[in-house]
Amino acid sequence: MRRFSLTSLLSESMRGHTGWGRQWRAPEPKPRYDVVIVGGGGHGLATAYYLATVHGITNVAVLEKGWIGGGNTGRNTTIIRSNYLYDESAGLYEHALKLWEGLSQELNYNVMFSQRGVLMLAHNIHDVQSFKRHVYANRLNGIDNEWLSKEECKEFCPPLDIGGGLRYPVLGGALQRRAGTARHDAVAWGYARGADARGVDIIQNCEVTGIRRDASGKAVGVETSRGFIGAGRIGVVAAGHTSTVMSMAGVSMPLESYPLQALVSEPVKPVFPCVVMSNAVHAYISQSDKGELVIGAGTDQYTSYSQQGGLHITTHTLDAICELFPQFTRMRMLRSWGGIVDVTPDRSPIIGKTPVQNLFVNCGWGTGGFKATPGSGHVFAHTLATGEPHTINAPFTLDRFRTGRLIDEAAAAAVAH
Amino acid sequence: MLLIACPHCGNRPETEFRCGGQAHIARPEAPSAQSDEAWAEYLFVRKNPRGVHAERWCHVHGCGRWFNALRDTVSDRFIEIYPMGAQPISELQSEARA
Repeated sequence: MRRFSLTSLLSESMRGHTGWGRQWRAPEPKPRYDVVIVGGGGHGLATAYYLATVHGITNVAVLEKGWIGGGNTGRNTTIIRSNYLYDESAGLYEHALKLWEGLSQELNYNVMFSQRGVLMLAHNIHDVQSFKRHVYANRLNGIDNEWLSKEECKEFCPPLDIGGGLRYPVLGGALQRRAGTARHDAVAWGYARGADARGVDIIQNCEVTGIRRDASGKAVGVETSRGFIGAGRIGVVAAGHTSTVMSMAGVSMPLESYPLQALVSEPVKPVFPCVVMSNAVHAYISQSDKGELVIGAGTDQYTSYSQQGGLHITTHTLDAICELFPQFTRMRMLRSWGGIVDVTPDRSPIIGKTPVQNLFVNCGWGTGGFKATPGSGHVFAHTLATGEPHTINAPFTLDRFRTGRLIDEAAAAAVAH
Repeated sequence: MLLIACPHCGNRPETEFRCGGQAHIARPEAPSAQSDEAWAEYLFVRKNPRGVHAERWCHVHGCGRWFNALRDTVSDRFIEIYPMGAQPISELQSEARA
């Protein structure tokens, strides 16, 4: 792997940037790998990367139906934070946030991680009480999160309207200063480049069509559009299509797949300094480095794999944005799209073993998986390498829906998160 | 936005409806006699098919009545609408792939 540095940048600029070359190979699949990862999104690629770097397992393939990072990794609103209520979630997302903080250096690839702060607005007494509870719970877990009065919110985010004329006035907000955004494509590409350099085969345009099990029932490989590939262990990281892939091994999942939409505006000069979320009126907004306002909308009410959602869902979010930030009322929206997210009943992910031996799953990230990419890959790599969960993902079992030990972030956040 | 044919009111916009999720899930007759596995299956496990899905809808902002529907989850097109308590006549096969 050729390292990126100031020297390499200068020498390439002298040659008109003609010598960068491809950053990862396009190998033919081998007959067998120690670990096969189904799904070449951020989580799958991060898993492969940490298998190679932390556990020294390099005979690994990442199989991707389309192109890497072309699913939800390339479709999300890139918000990163770790101020979750429950200890289990806080542990998982904070693990990820700590990895984000050193990720560009670790990968030698600029993922443009920007800790510009995420401000969650409170619009009623219940919000205020609930967010303060979050602030205190986070403090006990060593996670920064602070309560801001509405005037402090306005100071932190000047475009915000805190006047009394709003239908749902701003009463204050919870701010995590270490939270922020990152460049989603760069995350996938950085992990792919790092994994490839250590011998991982990233195989694109390779759709998994079946999971082969032997007479004893254990998984021994995958049938793909490019032939059978044997595997010591299989990790399914297929986001919205996890139910489909797992059904190939005869496993039913507690998942439902919904379209989640996002949209961007025309690019403008820097006007928006942070990320603002409002669960009560449903608004998620930040500004990308290109200058587009990046806006997250909600999920449709019905399950779907159509990768598009209803216009009324995005309209609803834009209504809230215009109310909170009146200066944006005449902005034009440039593009909107949908991604298929797999939602669990408690809105927490499932990372670990399945009833089928040698088959592991990392799914159920729902509407908020991007922020966990490094942590998810790190603990799932541990699970695939050792056959047992890391202490951080031990509570996130598939079995919790039988035992009843749910991690009920659904109730804690009251909305998709 | 979907256009949904309520069996009582005709074509109406999706915002008048509430989707009630997967259809034909029967609550166990004796919940306390269920094993944990069976109870988890009833509460949490869903078919989530990529293809034809049987689901319940309620015309909440209209007649207020429930009905069942078959919908293809790839094209989002409704295939059949049938009453609560009945079974669909259409084959459970995906009509399109994206």
